[in-house]
Amino acid sequence: MTDATLSPDGAKAPEKTSAQPRSLYATDELTKKRNASEKRFQAYGIAAIGAGLFFLVVLAYSIISEGIPAFTRTVLTVEFTVTQEQFDDAESQLFKTRAYEVVFTEAMSTQFQQKNIQVPFDVAAIERIVGKPGSTIREFYRANPDQLGQPVAFELAASSRVDGYMNGRLTRDNITDSRFLQKSDLDLVDVLVESGIIQTVFNWPFITGADSGVDNPGGAGIGASVVGSFFMMLVVLFLSLPIGVAASIYLEEFAPQNKFTDLIEVNISNLAAVPSIVFGILGLAVFIQFMHLPQSAPIVGGLVLTLMTLPTIIISTRASLKAVPPSIRDAALGVGASKMQAVFHHVLPLAMPGILTGTIIGLAQALGETAPLLLIGMVGFVARGYPDGFVSGFMDPNSAMPAQIYTWAARSDFAFYEKAWGGIIVLLIFLLSMNILAIILRRRFERRW
Amino acid sequence: MPVVWLILIVLAVAVVGYVLGRGRALASAGGEQIKLHSLPSYYGSNVAMKVVVPAFLILVLWLLVQPLIVNNSVSGLIPDSEIAEGSSRGLVLAEVRRAARGLDNAVAQGLITEDFARNARADFNDVTARLKEAGQVVTSQITQPILRAAQEYRVLNATGNFMMSIVVILAALAGAAWGLYESRADFRARNTVERGIKALLISAASIAILTTAGIVFSLVVNTVEFFRLYPAFDFFFGLTWSPTFSGRGGNSQLGIIPLLWGTFYISFVALAVAVPIGLFAAVYLSEYAGPKVRAVAKPLLEILAGIPTIVYGLFALLTVGPLLVSVFGPDGAGIMQSGTAVMTAGLVMGIMLIPFVSSLSDDIINAVPQAMRDGSYGLGATKSETVKQVILPAALPGIVGAILLAASRAIGETMIVVLGAGAAARLSLNPFDAMTTVTAKIVSQLTGDADFASPVALVAFALGMTLFVVTLGLNIVALYIVRKYREQYD
Repeated sequence: MTDATLSPDGAKAPEKTSAQPRSLYATDELTKKRNASEKRFQAYGIAAIGAGLFFLVVLAYSIISEGIPAFTRTVLTVEFTVTQEQFDDAESQLFKTRAYEVVFTEAMSTQFQQKNIQVPFDVAAIERIVGKPGSTIREFYRANPDQLGQPVAFELAASSRVDGYMNGRLTRDNITDSRFLQKSDLDLVDVLVESGIIQTVFNWPFITGADSGVDNPGGAGIGASVVGSFFMMLVVLFLSLPIGVAASIYLEEFAPQNKFTDLIEVNISNLAAVPSIVFGILGLAVFIQFMHLPQSAPIVGGLVLTLMTLPTIIISTRASLKAVPPSIRDAALGVGASKMQAVFHHVLPLAMPGILTGTIIGLAQALGETAPLLLIGMVGFVARGYPDGFVSGFMDPNSAMPAQIYTWAARSDFAFYEKAWGGIIVLLIFLLSMNILAIILRRRFERRW
Repeated sequence: MPVVWLILIVLAVAVVGYVLGRGRALASAGGEQIKLHSLPSYYGSNVAMKVVVPAFLILVLWLLVQPLIVNNSVSGLIPDSEIAEGSSRGLVLAEVRRAARGLDNAVAQGLITEDFARNARADFNDVTARLKEAGQVVTSQITQPILRAAQEYRVLNATGNFMMSIVVILAALAGAAWGLYESRADFRARNTVERGIKALLISAASIAILTTAGIVFSLVVNTVEFFRLYPAFDFFFGLTWSPTFSGRGGNSQLGIIPLLWGTFYISFVALAVAVPIGLFAAVYLSEYAGPKVRAVAKPLLEILAGIPTIVYGLFALLTVGPLLVSVFGPDGAGIMQSGTAVMTAGLVMGIMLIPFVSSLSDDIINAVPQAMRDGSYGLGATKSETVKQVILPAALPGIVGAILLAASRAIGETMIVVLGAGAAARLSLNPFDAMTTVTAKIVSQLTGDADFASPVALVAFALGMTLFVVTLGLNIVALYIVRKYREQYD
């Protein structure tokens, strides 16, 4: 473009016929149009990326804002004394827990007097706020009779409606009077909050607890299903890693070019794209109907997820085997190693970081997979406790994290939705740490040849 | 003997065999390693391999076959009169197994004697009550034929397990003896072991074939069973989906058309969201964005692909659905009845597919040779003109392949539609109506309480078969196109 400076003269020559002289300095209509369309096109691209990132932010925001309340719970901290006589008296009555509730209410009113709170309240209101404290108190004193007569500080879980009021799910405007909670109770709750009796604390039972029934959203925890997922991942790890690595070594290092190898290759690439629900059908038909393995057991879930993750692991393992330069193999063969020795002693150790990275990513995928678990019965089952031991961890019915989240999402009580979001946060924390581990492994050990 | 112990015994024999084999080979060479054909460890491994492989093969086969044989012979003990109306042989067998497990556990707790468990008669001894006292979950009343079958089941299983232990241990010992006999200096141990390892590698690779075979087998067998109970024509061309669980599902109408319509409608909405956004994002990232933007935006977009589908399902159900209702619902445009709708599921699925479309197209656009771009720029085209008139036409087959792969993903997606699309099967054009899909119905038919012999449950396998064939077809076509396209520029 060295003659650009000459353009006023040079451009004139061919433009003589047109009415206006054209200059390269002045952009004409067509160029303007072309430039505008260029700008527009670029803007579309930015908008597309912006839209994608916008969705990501919205997703992250709704997960965090909806899920955080699951990690707090509302408790009433009350210190009071139950004497031996009161205990004996309560135990002799027909409605024992009821008798403890009377004791509790008395203790509450003395506390109110101490703190100079003047609010009218009745036993029913207390019951609505605390749920049923009687059985908790009774259990405690039956287990620790030596504590009778001494002041004991109880931390009693508030009912799920009060919980909702505390974390903003329920407000005075949208609450409806019911036998669970009435508008007038909220005044009492406010007073209790001010006096420090009602507190919001970190919800450990959600992290460590097991699922509760449909009627008790407050007590539901994700701990048992984390354990279920853990046992499933153990199965997946110990099956898919050796099988995947062995299959990849065969295909990458030993397989001759023939029909059989082609068949394997085609199968692997197709399995990678089969919908996960189909693996669930396979698990149901083969592992449960045909082999009579126990329903809802982590071992079945692990087997199904193993078959699902195998293609992922094989593909990434083959990539990392391929990345080891042939000179390594040649050197090993040159000093007299057999082909098997060259692969196992030299190629495999060098490919290991890549294999592990791929395996962790495959495990993370398997951890979040839900659809196959629905079909092998992990959803109908309410995981009420932890497995008793190592073997029963595999064989006894349990839930898994994504299945537990689905169970909560499918329940009609919307207090469980909060649990579901909280469960998602726990699940995503696991996925995130696995992915970060994979990235660190890759950064730390990856060799560029 | 529990299987765990059996496995440990076999492994112990293998370890001992390893040490002995190694020692024997060294001894046969007079302690001079140089005279051995292979390294000493190979002689040991040879013995260990010959212990473990046959023993475990027998163990696995036995564990697979024994339940079949036991169930078959126990099933013969149950008279047809025992099978109540609305029940099936399978359910009665499950009851038998439950009773047998109850007896086992009660014996293990010491609450009943082994003798009682073997010889009790339901009509004389109150077995049901005894088992319930022992904390076992059994049916309300164990009848004599069921108890008889349960006792037979226990005896057969006990004998089977005993024989299995004997055979497996014998196999392990025989393998050890064979391997030890071979352990001499001139034995080509390394070659033998390497042949064994190679066989293991091949069998690992064959698991992919086995999995496909298992999928096809389980789908085909149950689908054929379904078509025996329900006419295939009505299934493929029926316009109504209304399973009824009464009368063993005899009056159900199980037409797949409404489900396919819902599936394709939702997938169409999803692709309508994902393809433009994904494609423009890919073009921008590969043609316009600097390395810094690319390094940030690409992984961020790909996070969307790494999020589990249950999260998207919940997002659809609890965030997007209510949002759409507030705009299009009774208070707004009035065309949306509830949060679960085609639009809800489609939108969310579209979000999920954005990174899928964008990273596949990104790869394909990057594969277009630089020379084609340079040629276009040389003729004075702007970047966008180059993209529109040179790069996209050149990459079109690959992009079509990517879109087909995304479509197959959308069709097979389960959690988003289960939570976000609703359960009503209907043929409607309104994207704000609730519809349902093939995958959602597979889940609902197989998670109910219906027994597996009825058409309402078996239809799930026919649905799965349809899904499998459709997605497989899409994948094969897509992979073929993508591969053809790659070859074009390689």
